Amino acid sequence: MPQPPEPDWIETRLVGARPQAIAALLRYFRDLDLAEEAFQEACLRALGSWPKNGPPRDAAGWLIMVGRNAAIDHKRRQARLTALPDEAAISDREDAEAALVERLDAADYRDDILRLLFVCCHPDLPATQQIALALRIVSGLPVRRIAAAFLVGDRAMEQRITRAKARIARADIPFETPGPAERAERFAAVSAMIYLVFNEGYTDANPQGERAALCDEAIRLARLMLRLFPAEPEMMGLLALMLLQHSRRKARFDKTGAAILLEDQDRTLWNRGRIAEALAMIDKAMLHRQPGPYQIQAAIAALHARAERPEDTDWGGIDALYQALERHAPSPVVTLNRSVAIWKLHGPEAALEMIAPLAGPLDGYFYFHGVRGNLLERLGRKSEARDAFGRAIALANTPAEAAHIRKHLDRLEG
Amino acid sequence: MRYTILCYHNEDITSAWTEEEDAEVIENLKAVNRKWARNFGPIVRLMPTSAATTLRKSENIVTDGPFAETKEQLLGFYVVDVENLDVALQIAREMADANPGGAYELRPIALSYPDGEAIEDAPTP
Repeated sequence: MPQPPEPDWIETRLVGARPQAIAALLRYFRDLDLAEEAFQEACLRALGSWPKNGPPRDAAGWLIMVGRNAAIDHKRRQARLTALPDEAAISDREDAEAALVERLDAADYRDDILRLLFVCCHPDLPATQQIALALRIVSGLPVRRIAAAFLVGDRAMEQRITRAKARIARADIPFETPGPAERAERFAAVSAMIYLVFNEGYTDANPQGERAALCDEAIRLARLMLRLFPAEPEMMGLLALMLLQHSRRKARFDKTGAAILLEDQDRTLWNRGRIAEALAMIDKAMLHRQPGPYQIQAAIAALHARAERPEDTDWGGIDALYQALERHAPSPVVTLNRSVAIWKLHGPEAALEMIAPLAGPLDGYFYFHGVRGNLLERLGRKSEARDAFGRAIALANTPAEAAHIRKHLDRLEG
Repeated sequence: MRYTILCYHNEDITSAWTEEEDAEVIENLKAVNRKWARNFGPIVRLMPTSAATTLRKSENIVTDGPFAETKEQLLGFYVVDVENLDVALQIAREMADANPGGAYELRPIALSYPDGEAIEDAPTP
């Protein structure tokens, strides 16, 4: 059979089939390690078989079947060392396969994949472990690449993932089909985890770096969720939000790696394809008339994306959307973000007044001092601005953030 | 005779392509496109099915996602340029009144080359 002219076509197919295959194997074995081993074994056999026979029509189904059988054979071989082979288990093998094939319908594997992702965002796990686990298990990134993304050594990351898995093994993985309320709960947890993966990549200044690839991975996971659960407006909102933020990737940092503010970015570098897809997702989400935090944040990002020049920005619309966001998900950070719209609409003094009550709750927050310094600078209150920027630089999370604040300080000196 | 060549693939696979791999596939296609340039009409790349909306015509029901039934066959398509999905749905509903039964899938277009000119300056999707 002729091979399709695709780059690394086997590798791509294995990556594409991975979430579905691992998710089904997890349901079958109820053990993450066993599921992963079975998938690995199936991949090895695919590398042997597919180049000769061509790819199977249903790659995921093939991998599930082969992985499952390999694991059962392995178990049986181990059992043979200690006891006689179990005739009953062997004789019903064909039936078991038929049953498995039957169970591989769409409705089932939707919940399989949701469960797999949900397992990775177990509330006992800290955020960094959730991300590492999802990247390792769902996306199948090699430990080496995850370690590079988190700037830790391979062994340290290996240990982190092993610990996370052990923690999950001790916890109860919910294998029964979820009811509507549980499904909604899992959905919310999985959405938050996908956005964590995205943000991990988003903060990296190097567009070619390992971490930037995490943005693509998060977008892929959100698209996958939407293919399985097409009528979830908040997932549409999350996908739109990530596409809009990712569309600015090439414009967000200067050559030295310093962050460039939205209003100073070269908008011709924004990726129009990602913006168009995001706007289409927002259109779809709005038909549901169930606004939520991701949809509102996406709508705000869309108003920025629609403005060809910074001065075309619809700040009134952005202010209204931030007010809606304050109602849906109140937080001092939302109010801080809204203050930028207030500044554009009513001037820096009004904005400064608005953020004054945030000084307590956001005292340890980089952006608060950055925004405050900027407003003070605009008002000509130089020494106060310098103090605020000083606080910001001490709290900067990345070199890009620190470099951006340093520019402000240099300007104040000049 | 004019033909449409409709493109089918597994999105699990295409969405796993990296930007570089995607660009490589487009590059390979361009070679064919250049060779047959005189024979090409409009070229369209659709957005992923996650961006699709479907109108079931007889029931006037709008659902998210692509048209996934296998009982019906693809018989034709329109390209419309509108402000938003609401307007596209309005057009689709009016067409449904004129021609009931079956479904319309509304799928945004990612890239389009109306005259099939060689896709030289294609922005990456």
